[in-house]
Amino acid sequence: MDGDGRRLITAPPPAEHGVSDRDRGNRVADPVFGGRRARARRGLLWGVAAAVPLAFLGVFFAWPVVTLVARGFVGADGGLDLSGFAEVFSQPRTWRIVGLTLWQAVLGTAFSLLLGVPGAYVLYRCRFPGRRVLRALVTVPFVLPTVVVGVAFRSLLVQGGPLGFLDLDETFAAIVVALVFFNYSVVVRTVGGMWEHLDPRAEQAARALGATPWRAFRTVTLPALTPAIASAASIVFLFCATAFGVVLVLGGIRYGTIETEIWIQTTQFLDLRTAAVLSVVQLVVVAAALTVANRARARRERALNLSPAGSSAHPLTLWRDGRPSGDLVPAALTAAVVVVLIGLPLGTLVVRSFRVPGGGWGVDNYANLGTTGGRNALSVTVWEAAGNSLRTAALATVLAVVVGGLVALVVSRRPRSRTGRRAISVLDSVFMLPLGVSAVTVGFGFLVTLDRPLGLDVDLRTSGLLVPIAQAVVATPLVVRTVLPTLRAIDPRLREAAATLGAAPGRVFRTVDGPIAARSLGLAVGFAFAVSLGEFGATSFLARPDSATLPVVIFRLIGRPGAENYGMALAASVVLALLTATVMLLAERLRGEGPGGEF
Amino acid sequence: MVQTDPAPTRAGSPEPARPDAASDLVPEEGAGLAVRDVVVRYGGGARTDPGTTAVAGVTLDVAPGEVLALLGPSGCGKSSLLRAVAGLEPVASGSLAWDGADLAGVPVHRRGFGLMFQEGQLFPHRDVAGNVAYGIAGLARAGRDARVRELLDVVGLAGYDRRAVATLSGGERQRVALARSLAPRPRLLLLDEPLSALDRGLRERLALDLREALRATGTTAVFVTHDHDEAFTVADRVAVMDAGRLLQVAPPEDLWRAPASRRVAQFLGYQAFVPLDDPALVDLSAAAAGGRPAGAPHLLAVGPRGLRVVGPRRAGGASGHATVVGSVFRRGAVEVTVDVVLPGADDGAPTRLVALAAADAGSDGVADGLEPGARVRVALDRAGCAVVPDGP
Repeated sequence: MDGDGRRLITAPPPAEHGVSDRDRGNRVADPVFGGRRARARRGLLWGVAAAVPLAFLGVFFAWPVVTLVARGFVGADGGLDLSGFAEVFSQPRTWRIVGLTLWQAVLGTAFSLLLGVPGAYVLYRCRFPGRRVLRALVTVPFVLPTVVVGVAFRSLLVQGGPLGFLDLDETFAAIVVALVFFNYSVVVRTVGGMWEHLDPRAEQAARALGATPWRAFRTVTLPALTPAIASAASIVFLFCATAFGVVLVLGGIRYGTIETEIWIQTTQFLDLRTAAVLSVVQLVVVAAALTVANRARARRERALNLSPAGSSAHPLTLWRDGRPSGDLVPAALTAAVVVVLIGLPLGTLVVRSFRVPGGGWGVDNYANLGTTGGRNALSVTVWEAAGNSLRTAALATVLAVVVGGLVALVVSRRPRSRTGRRAISVLDSVFMLPLGVSAVTVGFGFLVTLDRPLGLDVDLRTSGLLVPIAQAVVATPLVVRTVLPTLRAIDPRLREAAATLGAAPGRVFRTVDGPIAARSLGLAVGFAFAVSLGEFGATSFLARPDSATLPVVIFRLIGRPGAENYGMALAASVVLALLTATVMLLAERLRGEGPGGEF
Repeated sequence: MVQTDPAPTRAGSPEPARPDAASDLVPEEGAGLAVRDVVVRYGGGARTDPGTTAVAGVTLDVAPGEVLALLGPSGCGKSSLLRAVAGLEPVASGSLAWDGADLAGVPVHRRGFGLMFQEGQLFPHRDVAGNVAYGIAGLARAGRDARVRELLDVVGLAGYDRRAVATLSGGERQRVALARSLAPRPRLLLLDEPLSALDRGLRERLALDLREALRATGTTAVFVTHDHDEAFTVADRVAVMDAGRLLQVAPPEDLWRAPASRRVAQFLGYQAFVPLDDPALVDLSAAAAGGRPAGAPHLLAVGPRGLRVVGPRRAGGASGHATVVGSVFRRGAVEVTVDVVLPGADDGAPTRLVALAAADAGSDGVADGLEPGARVRVALDRAGCAVVPDGP
């Protein structure tokens, strides 16, 4: 799976305002009991709001994936046949791939946590000049397309690169380092977002009772953070276990994941049966990781003893009374991560994109973006591909925001009836499923099923609509996870207050839910756009040569021989990184503190 | 009445489908709010879950212009009753009516009832004026602005129009919330512990301001609180609730002078109960109660100011010995905590009570002879005691 889509789901937890248990009002979704007709009309509206996303995901997610997975269980004669499994699992290659997948995921998760938790402390619990800039910088890898990261690390590790002497190119270590690069920010944002809102008085009470700073951290702060850390760990594990683009670029032929293996089996060996079996294996791994993530998240959403952000930060102090203070180690570690792990690959990528193929420095690589590459490696120029990317991403964003927004809206309701509540909780999990299924599987499934969707005589595969639809499927869970916490954090009594002031349900929605959710919707638009721009897993299956997007073009360029093509790949990566970073910065701006904002 | 929606009649039910049924359900025609046998339940959706009954059949009337306080301990169902009146909780059985018109099926926003919450629940994305104007969006701009200014004036926040609500103090927020609730001229204003989140001094001051604002605007109001001082300050009548039931409804003085039961008296702060027919109390009880009530056995309830430390000269009558546990100087008097064996105590075990001593009893604030362990004489004070029927 292309990790991009999933990487972004971890928006910081919202500032949840304490809703006491006593307040039974928090079960009230609709603070209005109208007559029977009004109720029926509202029921119909909500039904439509739930049906649209269900239909969309049913056709463009469930059907292709189920069809594909079914191939693993169906023999040549059409009956149930599990021999495919036996066959695939009897090959040592399969076990090696599964082992590699799990091992790299474990290592990637462990290192991300070890580096990320101190980073969360420094960036969210301490105040120092330049903190905003540093937080933004740490977020950059978070949104970089996987292909760009792969290219950046290669430019760093390749023979002749700044770290070429380490001999790490095409090694397992290189993959793990790149995964940590990606997921460091996931840990920092998830844990930091929680830490920022943690009431510091609990720790202060422990200190006043005679605990050393370390003991106070270990016995008070750490337990409070555990849900956030567990949630971050399971998500990082998910991303690592399903990494696609970065592994494909960095792993060469020796290293891979289940995800890349599905891709190779499909596109290189044309062995759809093996690919289908591997998809099932992938599903099992992902389902386990998601279950853990969900449990952790549920616990976190219950933790309500939070204070407003920023109230708990203290000035960063490295030395106190001539002795190193407790901040020194995390600060030094974070500085090292920022410079070496994040700064160096990105810097190398930018610098080397200006190295001219023949030697010397210049902007030739960027000039070449107007061509189709050496020996016509591409069918379109890179600039045309960039245009394709922007158009596709725009369409995908519209789809994802409409579908994801509706999902968030429906799922944020808390109906009075038990059946209603149960239905909502089922919907909630159903809409998270695309998060857990590989983008490669989705892309592949599209190819298999959508030649005549629902028996209609239109071949979606040639219409150019498939790529944005696939990207929207990947981006939808992310939109949901960004908007939903904000909607859920709205105190139901705010809606009740509006209703008692004479506002009809429509006006309550427009004037209370709307303005509060709008800012997170802006962020969701940015996320969806950035994800769609960098989406590689599904797009690599579906994009035709003449409508290739930037990530596809970059991957093709590094696969072709010639210094000119490699230089173009670097330049194109810089362009793509700049596009994504710009979109994300704009989106973060949208979320900035407005007047009177408590959020 | 200020209209928020283009709905022509806020007073009338939007679904006049069952005019006959409405008159069936409301036994009494009358102005104001009529609550009849209202039951509110939570949960109970599944067969295995019987649910909890928060309000177990309450009947109550609120006359136009009256301020009624619903007083009771936490979890007694007073907030649930209030939410049911507002239309925020479904009524399991019983009926609610306003001016004789049944409220069943009338959605919250058409009831014309305002509701003010404990934490104000101001809209964080609107400024002060934007919050106050929320309920009067249907007015022309000039009229709306004038009304906002008028109400900010009433709550003492003139000139706060453009302030962001996040910059307000707790007391200011509650004032804005009050102005917001009053702006649409609600037929009935419901206040759910509006002052409970504030500190004591502010609470006492705001309680007075609140009463002034309600009187000045002639607003009919139901005021939920667990603080009897607050209830007595704000309300014309006080309804005491416990465990989902109404125990007594009376004007503050009547309620204080004659609690309907031991439970009500306890909740109001009466600290001890003595059998009225105890021989040791005969003369005092006669004095306190103005004659022994006939019928069921009665108790003498000793109020927070019902016990006094008296000089050694006074002996006999309803006085006895007590042991001082401690004493504090508060509000111009010395409050002495004493252990005293009350008449009628089962095994002669002492009860810990608070007795008042004159402030001038000592020179340094703490009266002479009131150090812990000292023996003093205490006597019941007729004015600080009440007679209540024996029973739960």
